[in-house]
Amino acid sequence: MSRIGVIVCHCGSNIAATVDVEQVVQVAKTLPHVAYAADNKYTCSDQGQQAIKEAIVEHRLDRIVIGSCSPRMHELTFRKMLSQTDINPYMLEIANLREQCSWVHKNKAEGTAKAIDLIKMAVAKCDRDQPLFTMSIPVNKRALVIGGGIAGMQAALDIADAGYPVTLVEKEPSLGGKMVMLDKTFPTMDCSACICTPKMADVGSHPNITVKSLAEVEQISGYVGNFEVTIRERAKYIDYSLCTGCGLCETKCPTKTPSSFEQGLGLRKAIYKPFAQAVPGKPTIDAEHCRKLTTGKCGVCEKVCPLGAIRYDDTDKVTAETYGAIVVAIGYQLIDWGSIYGEYGGGRYADVISGLQFERLVNASGPTEGHVVRPSDGQEPKSVVIVKCVGSRDPEHGRSYCSRACCMYGAKHAHQYLDKVPDGRCYVFYMDVRTPGKGYDEFYMNTQHDGALYLRGRVSKIYQQNGKLICQGEDTLSGQQVTVEADMVVLETAMVPANDADRLGSMLGITRDKDLWLSEAHPKLRPVETNSAGIYLAGTCQGPKDIPDSVAQASAAAMKVAVLFAHDELESNAMIASSDVALCNGCGACVSICPYSAITLEEITLRENSKKVTRRISKVNPGLCQGCGACTVACRPGAMDLRGFSDEQIMREVDALCQW
Amino acid sequence: MSVVETNVATTGAMATGANSPAAAESWQPSILAFACHWCTYSGADLAGLNRMEYPANVRLLRVPCSGRVNPQYVLSALGKGADGVLVCGCHPGDCHYVSGNYYAKRRLMAFKRLLEFTGLEPGRFQVRWISGSEAGKFRDTVTRVCEEVRALGPLTTDQRQALADPVLAGAAATTQAGEAQ
Ligand SMILES: Cc1cc2nc3c(=O)[nH]c(=O)nc-3n(C[C@H](O)[C@H](O)[C@H](O)COP(=O)(O)OP(=O)(O)OC[C@H]3O[C@@H](n4cnc5c(N)ncnc54)[C@H](O)[C@@H]3O)c2cc1C
Repeated sequence: MSRIGVIVCHCGSNIAATVDVEQVVQVAKTLPHVAYAADNKYTCSDQGQQAIKEAIVEHRLDRIVIGSCSPRMHELTFRKMLSQTDINPYMLEIANLREQCSWVHKNKAEGTAKAIDLIKMAVAKCDRDQPLFTMSIPVNKRALVIGGGIAGMQAALDIADAGYPVTLVEKEPSLGGKMVMLDKTFPTMDCSACICTPKMADVGSHPNITVKSLAEVEQISGYVGNFEVTIRERAKYIDYSLCTGCGLCETKCPTKTPSSFEQGLGLRKAIYKPFAQAVPGKPTIDAEHCRKLTTGKCGVCEKVCPLGAIRYDDTDKVTAETYGAIVVAIGYQLIDWGSIYGEYGGGRYADVISGLQFERLVNASGPTEGHVVRPSDGQEPKSVVIVKCVGSRDPEHGRSYCSRACCMYGAKHAHQYLDKVPDGRCYVFYMDVRTPGKGYDEFYMNTQHDGALYLRGRVSKIYQQNGKLICQGEDTLSGQQVTVEADMVVLETAMVPANDADRLGSMLGITRDKDLWLSEAHPKLRPVETNSAGIYLAGTCQGPKDIPDSVAQASAAAMKVAVLFAHDELESNAMIASSDVALCNGCGACVSICPYSAITLEEITLRENSKKVTRRISKVNPGLCQGCGACTVACRPGAMDLRGFSDEQIMREVDALCQW
Repeated sequence: MSVVETNVATTGAMATGANSPAAAESWQPSILAFACHWCTYSGADLAGLNRMEYPANVRLLRVPCSGRVNPQYVLSALGKGADGVLVCGCHPGDCHYVSGNYYAKRRLMAFKRLLEFTGLEPGRFQVRWISGSEAGKFRDTVTRVCEEVRALGPLTTDQRQALADPVLAGAAATTQAGEAQ
């Protein structure tokens, strides 16, 4: 039989003013299994805690009910106190007599009656408290970073600099993401390659970082500190241990195909590095276009390679490794505007290009060596229209959100164009200009001084006439229809989640918002954590951002990993679900309801009536369970219960309130 | 819950009836509110911090998540003495446990229909979303629920007996999963 101690706190006069503490104590004394009841002026003070510790010894108490402030205030304090006694820290219930009683009711009789009820509930629940224990979860101090854009690289570098091994998985042949495709970056206009490629080189040569290019995460299981990850590295057809990246093969390869790095504006070979400073700095063979691999005839690269590094029989490599933490940095892609904006030509006009294509056009290492020319005829465009919010803030065609970087890179594009074509005319159609950020608004103002003409309104139609692109729109400030004849149109298109975001999100247990961006655990207070412990977000995979914000978030995610890795072991939550083998019928309702994928079905062999039987039962992973209890309600046989909030305990509280 | 100071020691608060006509005048309903730890319970704490007054005949029962609330608890409470039950959790999309309140909503809405089918007035069982910052909404909600249930009067013995019917308990169990099957 339990021996409950009840302590009712005055909290100075905070509780005592509207609750008759003495009467509550008297009633408490009469409750079943209460061996001791007393009041205390300030229970949370050192003296108050000491008094409880003494009462525990003197009255041989094995559990405690405290009527005081909210458990959200001092539950941990009192658990800590109990951990210094012989009583398990979870043999504790708190009745909220302050925030939810004395502070909200003025009538003392009513307040006292309610306080008594709350104490009764707590006593009834406490009577069924069980000692609970946390488990130690070992932490594997190795991090996995998925995605090698600027965010992924920054996170990998920070974690590696903190001294922990990192594997960086990038699905493309090279690191760099979108940033390395850009020409210059706002607002400082430093050359993107000049600040991005050194980072790539740092990542490639860091002793703590292993880069897996052309690779993807295929499977993930486990939990914080212990993720089992299967990674598939696609065949490169080149032995990287031999290849020096001399590039001879690439110059001799007879096959040309559009380069995705150049956004289709340039060509590359079938054996290729996507760009000169690629990391890893070695080529791969594009099996889809290679003559040798498709027809069996050719083999030029093998013949010219001075090191014999070509391997036409190369296959995918699948490895399985354990990581303690994962940073997801898979970035964004641009909305497929062609399929949704028929009124802009739907991609039929060669001179209606995307912002990213423009970046390649103005880039000195791009297909035109930085000359701004029309893709259709190679002529310099004398008038350019820039259209912002293509797919952004347009719930009918595209997405309802703002893509955040386009106002700035739209201004950048106007500036770059006017810089290269000083006698050109540049028109920018906009809905609003949003330029919060250090030096951002000044940058936009300068673009207007450069001569860019800003027109407030959407472009409703673009069509071709006499070799010109006619852009029709409305100037909502003057209320007039405007028609601009352009030689080239640049569409600043919406950022949308990476292709893989949905698959990866569901594999990792990260929720996706309505637009499929990966969701942080809390929009304000936990911006880089996810709802899965040990998994963090960096960069644009969480939502549209520019480079400074991506980098800041990446370093924050890295810090979270470093904090996690500062521990050798983690303490698991004690108040978790557990399943009673005898009652579980293996229906799996709990498995599908668990938001953390913490429950699995397992086969067990039992002896029942001296016969061996094999049954399916559910099993809770204590590292993953967060203790929400959704599974307990879904469980029809009543096998699943939640420690600390068990069915019996809650029912007893209900009973205590309704009839003793 | 007309509890006088002398009988509180012996009688569970909600078991006290309102049988005499005089008692009917001053009759106060007994309301049990299940509140999720992360949102509504902290909203109620904030109401306390702001000294917002509300009727004293509401008792909060803390659960980790509204998804933890088994319809059986509600049946039991109404069957044994509560005149009204309120379940509160985080707003849709804000659940601390990702999706618990969605499950709660699904299963409790199905369950509410079942209760109404047995003849229980809709006002006696309510589900509301109240965040940790909505102290005012908490106060207003519990005040309104108290008024509504007060207007309905005490649950009759017949109603309570109907709620104790094992067939109903079985039917309630089928609403538990909270998933479209
Ligand atoms: C036209 C244009 C101009 C811009 N100009 C500027 C500017 O001047 N200044 C500025 O601050 N910002 C600018 N931005 C924004 C900038 O591009 C982004 O802020 C930045 O690139 C985000 O970096 P990221 O690492 O989050 O994403 P990304 O650059 O998209 O990198 C993601 C990486 O993850 C990889 N990946 C994707 N899926 C997987 C997977 N499943 N497994 C493994 N790897 C995967 C991708 O291949 C990629 O390498 C511009 C954007 C555009 C479109």
